[in-house]
Amino acid sequence: MADLILTPNIDGADDFYADLLDTHDGMDTADSHALNARLVLVLANHIGDRAVLSQALKAAAFDQKEDTQ
Amino acid sequence: MNKIFETPLYPYSHGPDEDAQVPVRHQVVIVGAGPVGLAAAIDLAQHDVDVVIVDDNDKVSFGSRAICFAKRPLEILDRLGCGQPMVDKGVEWDLGKVFFDEREVYSFDLLPEDGHQRPAFINLQQYYLEEYLVARVRELQAEGKKIEIRGRNKVSAIGTHPDHVALEIDTPEGSYNIEADWLIACDGANSTLRAMLGKDFVGRVFEDNFLIADVVMDADFPTERWFWFDPPFNRGQSALLHKQPDGVWRIDLQLGWDIDKEREKRPENVIPRLKEMLGDDVEFELEWVSIYTFQCRRMEQFRHDRVIFAGDSAHQVSPFGARGANSGLQDSDNLCWKLKLVMDGKAPESLLDSYDNERIHGAEENILNSSRSTDFITPKSEISRLFRDSVLNLAEAYEFARPLVNAGRLSVPCTYDGSPLNSSDALAGPNRTRPGSPCPDVELPGGYLLPRLGDRFTLLTIDADAPDLIEEDGITVERLALSVKDDPTLLLKDRYLGDCESAVYLIRPDQHVAARRPAYDDLQFRAAIRRATGKE
Ligand SMILES: Cc1cc2nc3c(=O)[nH]c(=O)nc-3n(C[C@H](O)[C@H](O)[C@H](O)COP(=O)(O)OP(=O)(O)OC[C@H]3O[C@@H](n4cnc5c(N)ncnc54)[C@H](O)[C@@H]3O)c2cc1C
Repeated sequence: MADLILTPNIDGADDFYADLLDTHDGMDTADSHALNARLVLVLANHIGDRAVLSQALKAAAFDQKEDTQ
Repeated sequence: MNKIFETPLYPYSHGPDEDAQVPVRHQVVIVGAGPVGLAAAIDLAQHDVDVVIVDDNDKVSFGSRAICFAKRPLEILDRLGCGQPMVDKGVEWDLGKVFFDEREVYSFDLLPEDGHQRPAFINLQQYYLEEYLVARVRELQAEGKKIEIRGRNKVSAIGTHPDHVALEIDTPEGSYNIEADWLIACDGANSTLRAMLGKDFVGRVFEDNFLIADVVMDADFPTERWFWFDPPFNRGQSALLHKQPDGVWRIDLQLGWDIDKEREKRPENVIPRLKEMLGDDVEFELEWVSIYTFQCRRMEQFRHDRVIFAGDSAHQVSPFGARGANSGLQDSDNLCWKLKLVMDGKAPESLLDSYDNERIHGAEENILNSSRSTDFITPKSEISRLFRDSVLNLAEAYEFARPLVNAGRLSVPCTYDGSPLNSSDALAGPNRTRPGSPCPDVELPGGYLLPRLGDRFTLLTIDADAPDLIEEDGITVERLALSVKDDPTLLLKDRYLGDCESAVYLIRPDQHVAARRPAYDDLQFRAAIRRATGKE
């Protein structure tokens, strides 16, 4: 089973972060939320692996419970 | 108004049981002549059981209610002698379109698999199904089977005893009592029997209202399922358009929670809504309109000693996915062979507990699917609406998001994984025919497979030796010998063998797989027969 990567994994982290903010630049909050929702779905599909996705959901929710799978 | 709603199908007539000094005892009494009660009665009568159906009404159920019937229930209806008229009259469809706001987001094709006698889905008004079932009851009566429908016979009291059930029945001419060895309660979602026995029915009510209308119109909309999210003619809500025979169209319009139902139902309020949807130039006539709040709930247990609940009385789902009548027919299919074996003393009463186990599993699956569809169609929070709309927007641009769009996951039969009647899987065969699965159909030179499995235990051998007949403790199992040499389409191999050279399947009377192995093994298959009949 693949594990969610929670150590640094993006080459050029500052560039990515700037891209993320650029994409949202000039949007109102509602549009930004919608963009984020679409982004989550696009990325989730790219990952595909349900086990990794569950770990990601937990990690993002700061849910500390042991993964019982 | 369609006259079918007004014509009594099984009018009341005074029967001898009403004058009996001592209550007459029947083998089985079924309460409710809806699709499920009628199907159960036919199944039992075909097995020579003495069965009486009582219903407080005498007509088909009002409005068309169910319209979408799936392949598995059609196969079950084939066994009951009603499949052909359903398919002849019904409208077959496999295309669907999803709209969001003013745009078509995507369309889908159900891509029905080859090699099945019955289509994936047909649309047909529920009253036709009920009519065909009643016609079949009449046919069985003409053959001398002991089956009776008593219209305007309303159960008003029930008494349960260790070896029978007693009923008090109200008729237009007064009340009388009858008794039954077994009672099947098919009295619908508002089951009075459930209330009389004090059993609960827990689950979720969806805080929303749907206007369901059947309209007759001469329009050239194609035979496709059209589903709208947030359309201009019903802002913030959803809508569905689907074709039925006789130029009748089903329209569902979501209305939201805070509405005045009586007001919304009036033609002067319904017609403008429909005009907005269909366009001003389409002529139509209202056949039937109703407003529903949907629920997903079930009884904790379906069997209560000699009273067994089936269909909507046992479980209720929202109609997205067409799982109500479709799953009710599977309840009756699951129950009747078991009840027959128990009544004949060929299986222990505990076999009936597997009905509970298997059909609760089915109900849970249906409730899960239809709750999820309802959550997608009517998002309950701002964030769920945001994700829902995001999925729809993405679906228009990218294929990946389309499987996430949930406008109803249409009914498929459930696999009884983990059922106590299954023997462990001993074949490295296809997953879809593992023990517990409903047998998929296959087209063979001599006809389709499912009708040849019939409604008894069958030993299906594919390129394997086995005795032609096995008797195990009162259960007779006949062999059906097939070979991939007579399988020009290779679908038998694909569905039942996979990469294996040979296979032997033990198939239950409801056409679910009980056991499978690469070759016949007397000891193992006898054990499997005992297990499948509740003896191990
Ligand atoms: C709008 C709508 C759309 C639907 N669409 C679909 C669909 O596309 N596909 C699908 O599979 N399902 C669909 N369903 C669900 C389907 O209609 C039901 O699941 C189905 O009718 C259940 O059948 P039943 O025999 O269990 O109960 P019912 O059809 O409700 O029959 C119960 C019977 O019991 C009788 N009765 C009640 N109390 C007593 C008493 N005390 N004494 C005597 N008789 C009594 C009643 O008169 C009635 O005839 C839909 C439902 C609705 C409302």
